[in-house]
Amino acid sequence: MVMHAHAYPNIEIPTPSQIAAVALDNEPDENGEQSMILSMGPQHPSTHGVLRLAVELNGENVVQLAPDVGFLHTGIEKTIETKTYTKSIVLTDRMDYLAPMSNNMVYVAAIEKLMKQDVPERAQTLRVLLLEITRINSHLVWLGTHALDLAAMSVFFYAMREREYILDIFEMLTGARMMTSYFRVGGLAWDIPADFIPTVEDFLTHFLPKVDEYEDLLTNNLLWKQRTLGVGVVNAADAIALGLSGANLRASGVDWDLRKTMPYSGYETYQFDVPVGQNGDIYDRYRCRVQEMRESVKIARQAIERLKQMHGQPYITDNRKVAPPPKSEITYSMESLIHHFKLWTEGFRPPRGSAYMAIESPRGEIGCYVVSDGTPQPWRVHFRAPSFINLQALPHIAKGKLMADLVALIASIDPVLGEVDR
Amino acid sequence: MGLEEKAGDLGIVTTTLEGVVNWGRTKAMWPMLFGLACCAIEMMAGQASNYDMSRFGLELMRASPRQADLMIVAGRVSRKMAPVLRRLYDQMPEPKWVVAMGDCASCGGVYNNYAIVQGVDEIVPVDVYVAGCPPRPEALIDGILQLHEKIKRDKITDHADGKPIRVEQAERGALKPLG
Ligand code: SF4
Repeated sequence: MVMHAHAYPNIEIPTPSQIAAVALDNEPDENGEQSMILSMGPQHPSTHGVLRLAVELNGENVVQLAPDVGFLHTGIEKTIETKTYTKSIVLTDRMDYLAPMSNNMVYVAAIEKLMKQDVPERAQTLRVLLLEITRINSHLVWLGTHALDLAAMSVFFYAMREREYILDIFEMLTGARMMTSYFRVGGLAWDIPADFIPTVEDFLTHFLPKVDEYEDLLTNNLLWKQRTLGVGVVNAADAIALGLSGANLRASGVDWDLRKTMPYSGYETYQFDVPVGQNGDIYDRYRCRVQEMRESVKIARQAIERLKQMHGQPYITDNRKVAPPPKSEITYSMESLIHHFKLWTEGFRPPRGSAYMAIESPRGEIGCYVVSDGTPQPWRVHFRAPSFINLQALPHIAKGKLMADLVALIASIDPVLGEVDR
Repeated sequence: MGLEEKAGDLGIVTTTLEGVVNWGRTKAMWPMLFGLACCAIEMMAGQASNYDMSRFGLELMRASPRQADLMIVAGRVSRKMAPVLRRLYDQMPEPKWVVAMGDCASCGGVYNNYAIVQGVDEIVPVDVYVAGCPPRPEALIDGILQLHEKIKRDKITDHADGKPIRVEQAERGALKPLG
């Protein structure tokens, strides 16, 4: 079955079995030409994880291809159904492991929406700060590996160097470098350490000139341009029809960023620009993401200024039905003890119903749909994973392109296989 | 005995063949470029500027299993991936070693469910387990240094008759049969 996106008959997404069928009746055509099926992955250095692509090749040209996903299927959504709402936060980290904070955020924000739970302003500001640092973190890995795939090795080392700085900040805050699990329903897990803000400020000052450094290496690099300019073009209409989001969509000239269009956590009060491309090629996607890093620094700085004014304000809601009381309170208040006991033995019970929440993760629109049946465990949790949906555009973009461009294309879409397969 | 004193000035060192072979094996390991999940990002960090695993002779990541002698299973192994992983292992030439990096590869980690293989030792023999979710790059490096210690104790006769080391060890009863 060839799937047609409605009203966009030029978009055809083959299935892996269709590609396999080509191999069966592979007769030479009247010119004596014959296509070849190549299986790329699941162990391939440029598929950014365990992605398999079944590619039908005619010489060097891709006739059609189909992504075969599921090699990293982890059953996260199903596992969440067996745990309380709070316990599942650790599982969300491990979906998009380059942007754990975004995943935490979308999950807790969906539950907050379901429960109509307010979040203190300081927690919201901290969330914005952390989300933007996460965006930089994720884009750095993307930049490093993207350049590495196109044989520009030094960028990888530079990008990873700055990333270590961010990981140190996360470690100082949460004790973990990658899997932070720092967000909670109603706020954050604990308060920031005293030297957190100065360290982040240091990082931002240190980091901004480094972005120029990366650009010096790539933006006007002739080799880089030849591999990326005009390669893998998606026009705006197709991008929308394919459901692309994030920098992949904006590179095609569509000005759509959930931080602006459907603001959350107070994003509407920050001053920043959304970089938008024109041509929708790999180069524009690269430019958009690099520019986004600078914008993230801008937002982070504004958040820091606000945080300095908010010293001492709460980092989590005082609604004891969802957030545990501080330990000190338990020693004298019977009620607090009961709340504590209830929360840790049973968990909280959101009302029956469902909620969908979407935020702008580094990869695009990550959404979380939570259905509650009134028990302490969710009845169903589904994630709209941007990597998964962006990856489905690959057959359309790669059609008729050179095999060598495929490597650049995968990297420019920036999929994280943990999020694709969940 | 006594040769070292006489030969010392000549720059000659005496040792056993076993010692030299094992030394060579530890100082130039070629890990397979093979990442599965989150742990692979920490493995990459281990390769990158701050940790630089090449200090321990590991800079050459090979994308082809046929050129690799160390498999770092970095991440969770799903049931769909398990046969692929086994095939990659079989394609590596002897002698070969496996490091299970992270809780998922060691025991299934936080995923006790239908999708994840509960420890990669169900499908390939593991030499070193590195704990952590994900382990820090230092932990991975420590795991590999542990592996080096293990290799230094290897006997050449373990590879006797051209038999794979583990088959031979299992026949001798030196290795517990898997699962
Ligand atoms: S051990 Fe943790 S970090 Fe490593 S693959 Fe498993 S979930 Fe990811």
